[in-house]
Amino acid sequence: MKETPLSNCERRFLLRAIEERKRLDGRQTYDYRNIKITFGTDYGCCVVELGKTRVLGQVSCELVSPKLNRATEGILFFNLELSQMAAPAFEPGRQSDLLVKLNRLLERCLRNSKCIDTESLCVVAGEKVWQIRVDLHLLNHDGNIIDAASIAAIVALCHFRRPDVSVQGNEVTLYTPEERDPVPLSIHHMPVCVSFAFFQQGTFLLVDPSEREERVMDGLLVIAMNKHREICTIQSSGGIMLLNEQVLRCSKIAGVKVAEITELIQKALENDRKARKEGGKFGFAESIANQRITAFKMEKALVDTSDVEEKAEEIIAEAEPPPEVVSNPVLWTPGTAQIGEGIENSWGDLEDSEKEDEDEGGSDEAIVVGSVRADAGIEACSVGSQDAPIVLSDSEEEEMIILEPDTNPKKIRTQTVSAKQGKAPSKQPVKRRKKKRIAN
Amino acid sequence: MQTESKIRAEYGTDSGPRGPGCSLRHFACEQNLLSRPDGSASFLQGDTSVLAGVYGPAEVKVSKEIFNKATLEVILRPKIGLPGVAEKSRERLIRNTCEAVVLGALHPRTSITIVLQVISDAGSLLACCLNAACMALVDAGVPMRALFCGITCVLDSDGTLVLDPTAKQEKEARAVLTFALDSVDQKLLMSTTKGLYSDAELQQCLAAAQAASQHVFHFYRESLQRRYSKS
Repeated sequence: MKETPLSNCERRFLLRAIEERKRLDGRQTYDYRNIKITFGTDYGCCVVELGKTRVLGQVSCELVSPKLNRATEGILFFNLELSQMAAPAFEPGRQSDLLVKLNRLLERCLRNSKCIDTESLCVVAGEKVWQIRVDLHLLNHDGNIIDAASIAAIVALCHFRRPDVSVQGNEVTLYTPEERDPVPLSIHHMPVCVSFAFFQQGTFLLVDPSEREERVMDGLLVIAMNKHREICTIQSSGGIMLLNEQVLRCSKIAGVKVAEITELIQKALENDRKARKEGGKFGFAESIANQRITAFKMEKALVDTSDVEEKAEEIIAEAEPPPEVVSNPVLWTPGTAQIGEGIENSWGDLEDSEKEDEDEGGSDEAIVVGSVRADAGIEACSVGSQDAPIVLSDSEEEEMIILEPDTNPKKIRTQTVSAKQGKAPSKQPVKRRKKKRIAN
Repeated sequence: MQTESKIRAEYGTDSGPRGPGCSLRHFACEQNLLSRPDGSASFLQGDTSVLAGVYGPAEVKVSKEIFNKATLEVILRPKIGLPGVAEKSRERLIRNTCEAVVLGALHPRTSITIVLQVISDAGSLLACCLNAACMALVDAGVPMRALFCGITCVLDSDGTLVLDPTAKQEKEARAVLTFALDSVDQKLLMSTTKGLYSDAELQQCLAAAQAASQHVFHFYRESLQRRYSKS
């Protein structure tokens, strides 16, 4: 689905509002939208909401062999996915420019800033290291993906616990969570991205642009910073010229914002840790606000299954017993065997009948067939309807069942009298029926 | 027979890690929580959670256009890594179920896209996906002939029936059966099974799923009543 284009009047309205230092959602220039962090039941799973923008983060790990030139370092892998759920314009499985840009920025923000101690992820130098994989899914796109994604990534990494390992000689033992408590990753600092949108060639600046604002902006400056005011990454995009003072002012604002966000993250992590320690309820189910009108919860429901067995027996008793298919192979000649009777080949039927219509009564073959059938005295099922199949059998089997797929819902059982006459049986029942009609 | 089933139910009480074997875990549902999709719902069954978003009826690609009905598309995204064969197979099962109930003929030459994101998997994932998809379709206001729900049940090695199993119960089970049932007369829309079971056990599971579906549809009804209430 294509993106809905922004109309000119909407664009002008937004820009005019920004010139008047007003934002559509009532925020001030430097205000962030509300940030909400919730954790899942698994370790390393979180959902970050930045206003209506929503990102799901999940960290997972596995033991792999390290890169050749980095024998003692673990591997960090980031993968941001723009799901179609987030916006109709995102196509599944396509690497759009935006996606590449965001992934690259995340890597620079989190991997290149060395916020995770990769050396502590080494188990056996040159042989086994931990690969930490951070999957981020954008669930709803309402602007400023990168800030939400960077918060989700660092929160998920802080929340994650990897299984404990021990090395004895060459043997690596992996402990399950029941045997030994999983260990957290060692994190040096928490870089967080802060986005600044510029309008009218840098005259106006907004923090945390929404989706609408992003569409009319001229340029974007992203600063990744930790709470010690150390810049981890800085990126300016959109081809806008910024003055020295503007960048410095942005970095000052970023410092304040990062301090606020870091505090919020730590508070959220602390709350979750407490909930887990006290054995209270945690996970997404608890984060659903019950007072909201759109949400509803139901406690455990007991299902009465005492009559299930009776019901099942009733149904089985009512159902027709499955036909006992006798499938002794019939050996015609050495090398060719037949199991069952099979369904009459219907390929040539149409042509055959047409041919018959043409030479009425003149077909000697059909007459022969009729006479043979009379001689053979094979008892076939009565021709109930015009479409009912007539099945012949000359095999020695006591009972033969022919399943006709659509014409007749009831299974036809033909009691075959052993063909003592020994004459070649007819294989053209359709022709026979045709003949009968002609005779009448 | 009555006594035997009772014994089994009691046995389930002892062995089941979460109380009686034949109970549903706690359910929770939130609708309309995403701003971009036309309809969205997050569905929780115990610790299993799935988020669904629905777009539609909307513009369709010419290559996918069907002239007399809407094109239904289901995308299921796993939490870790890229979607694989298992996701594709589930997508197909969900799509077939939805196609059976969605009145696509009312919106010819449009697309209805259901995007499902696994938030956490703790057993009965397919059933939860189906429930989330149904609630999201309702939220989007897509016309349907009936609602549908997914029910998973497992059979233990000793033949005990467990409804809405956890991941651990699914792993230990002899057979896992998932059914999709419609709300009008609890008819079977889709079934997928894994493992060995007899025809009697299949009928038992189906009957149990039909009993459980009543609770799910009741939950749907109450949830929607609350949503469209004034307070």
